[in-house]
Amino acid sequence: MNKLPLIIKREYLAKVRNKSFVIMTFLSPILMVAMVLLIGYLTKLNDSEKRVIAVLNESDYFSNEFSTTETTSYVKYRGLTLEEAKDSTKQMGYYGLVYLPKEDNLELVSKRAFFYSKDAPNTQILEHLERIFKDRLREERLRDLGISAAEYTEMDRSYQMNISTFEGEQNLKGINEIKAIIGGGFGYLIMMFIIIYGGFVMRSVIEEKTSRIIEVIISSVKPFQLMLGKIIGTSLAGITQFAIWIVTGTILLVIAMTVFEIDPSTVSSSGVGPALGQGISPGIPTADMTMQLYAQELFEIPWVMLIVFFLIYFILGYLIYSSIYAAIGAAVDNETDTQQFIFPIILPLMLAIYVGFFSVFSNPHGPIAVGFSLFPLTSPIVMMMRLPGGIGDGGVPIWQLVTSILILLATFIGIVWLAAKIYRVGILMYGKKPSYRELFKWLKY
Amino acid sequence: MNNILVVDDVTKQYGDHKALTGVSLEIPKNSIYGLLGPNGAGKTTLIRIINQITYPDQGTVFFDGKPLKPEHIAQIGYLPEERGLYKSMKVGEQALYLAQLKGLSKREAKERLKYWFDRLDIGDWWGKKIQELSKGMAQKIQFIVTVLHEPKLLIFDEPFSGFDPINANIIKDEILKLKENGASIIFSTHRMESVEELCEYIALIHRSEKILDGKLSEIKKAFKNNIFDVGVTLENPDLLLENLKEKYEILSSNYNNLEKQLDFSIQLPNDNSGELLSLLGSKANVNNFVETIPSANDIFIRTIQNKGFENE
Repeated sequence: MNKLPLIIKREYLAKVRNKSFVIMTFLSPILMVAMVLLIGYLTKLNDSEKRVIAVLNESDYFSNEFSTTETTSYVKYRGLTLEEAKDSTKQMGYYGLVYLPKEDNLELVSKRAFFYSKDAPNTQILEHLERIFKDRLREERLRDLGISAAEYTEMDRSYQMNISTFEGEQNLKGINEIKAIIGGGFGYLIMMFIIIYGGFVMRSVIEEKTSRIIEVIISSVKPFQLMLGKIIGTSLAGITQFAIWIVTGTILLVIAMTVFEIDPSTVSSSGVGPALGQGISPGIPTADMTMQLYAQELFEIPWVMLIVFFLIYFILGYLIYSSIYAAIGAAVDNETDTQQFIFPIILPLMLAIYVGFFSVFSNPHGPIAVGFSLFPLTSPIVMMMRLPGGIGDGGVPIWQLVTSILILLATFIGIVWLAAKIYRVGILMYGKKPSYRELFKWLKY
Repeated sequence: MNNILVVDDVTKQYGDHKALTGVSLEIPKNSIYGLLGPNGAGKTTLIRIINQITYPDQGTVFFDGKPLKPEHIAQIGYLPEERGLYKSMKVGEQALYLAQLKGLSKREAKERLKYWFDRLDIGDWWGKKIQELSKGMAQKIQFIVTVLHEPKLLIFDEPFSGFDPINANIIKDEILKLKENGASIIFSTHRMESVEELCEYIALIHRSEKILDGKLSEIKKAFKNNIFDVGVTLENPDLLLENLKEKYEILSSNYNNLEKQLDFSIQLPNDNSGELLSLLGSKANVNNFVETIPSANDIFIRTIQNKGFENE
């Protein structure tokens, strides 16, 4: 006489067969891939556009500094007056005109040089031009000081501090950030899942209330069974959706990459690259060697442990939140009434993410990180951000992990119990817009 | 054991609000029982307790002689007042789901559904979605789902609201057939006239208390007040009325000159009506002579007044 599987099956099928669900599931990966392709295409398009800049050089300096680059090419005018050069530039449709007057020395030439263009020039181009002058000026000054260019390059070495643990293992700069981003990814996934599928659970409860089927069902099954079946069924639908996204997304990406010949490294380096790059510090001479170390370090992240704890935190966290969502759905009559109750649920989730990104990243085992990874409404997200650092020595102390899970478990039982009570009373209340006080009263029924 | 259901001193309170106060009922097997009372009297709460949707604070409910247990759900069919179906689910699938929740196997449920769909002539609805059906059509499905698992006890809360007269009659006939086949039936309604003719037993619930219960015919006998409605044909009504007033109390009278018909309402001191009838027979042509039986509604109002609930 166990009716739970029946309920789960119905909830799952009701969700999966829903038209908007099907459309969302299959359209999202296509949209995502289309977006990646669009970005790739636009980047390429941008690269291929070449600007032509005219140069009128009356000075004795600057001969071959204005050399054609990937994005800009230079046309040199000779024997024209400034006015003629301007007219010509305009007529030819060039981007602009660099004018170098005839002066006694480089300093003066640079000072009086002009760039003429139709509109205010593109910053990138301006910077490029300015660098040409700057380099030339520096070269000149160095020569005055009697230093050769080679000597200067030698002087301008980058420096990196050697870092190591006390045990002598080499530490990598930025590895904490990378680990935190991985953990953050897990945490973010939990949050998104809770918000999206918690909302589904809530809407499904409201639907049962407004369609008045609830009392028919409640006379055959216990409200708690119905609530649990709904939560499980909806999350299975969610997991199905995620699985489809991952599989189709990967397939589509691979197909798209091969068809359009986009190198994934260029796409990712234009997107995520800079952010990561700052952490990793660019231009290290032994780049290959370092990358290997990073790869090794990433490989050494205890993935199995991470996924096991992800599942624990994910399931407990999701059940806590979705039972609150179910209780809200039961308490109200329509979706517009849910606003006042939803905000307090989203708040701890947002807080967890922000605390995670601002505090846990920089100090994964500091007091704030510890506090929020113990507090049950934020721990699923915050703890996931700390865990990639490992457990025990140098990572999350075991007592914290155990305490966090125990508190979460206790909260889970308590919240589900409370939510079930509100749910049980709420689903049979029609036409009332409840206040918090009323919800509190229901707990005593 | 002659009672399918015994409610023993059940009390239920929601916060400060008393929903039921010491209510006791006995519902005989194979009977139709009317649970009557105005909205908010506590009928639905009592029914929810019988269906184990909520639980009493005090008191016990016995089903077929045993304290009510979750297993008994399979033997109760309940059509709630607030009823509906999943809008986007197909009729057949939905009926199957609800039947399975009542404990039927899928195969059994399918067979029985087929039987009922044919019987109510709605076989072609199987693949339709509920949102394509009218309200009356959906109610038929709900009715089928309620009775499909052949429960011993059927509870209908405001059964005929939402049905058009034709469908209401079809459903009424089906309910009577179910009774013939041995089911016990509870009707709960605030529209007492709608079920009066069907019920053998009634209980009146008012402000969380049961104020009256028993066999309807006996209650009516107890409440009848020996008032008769009489219609006679004669030339001189005033003479007869004068004559009658010596012995009886005339409550109202009306004479139709054209038809020579006198209609009047008369109060007898006891239920011996033969004397009056023979008196009338000797003086006029008697067209009708009917004892006014109080309706459930009248009984209800009088009981409330007797019990001192006038402060409404």
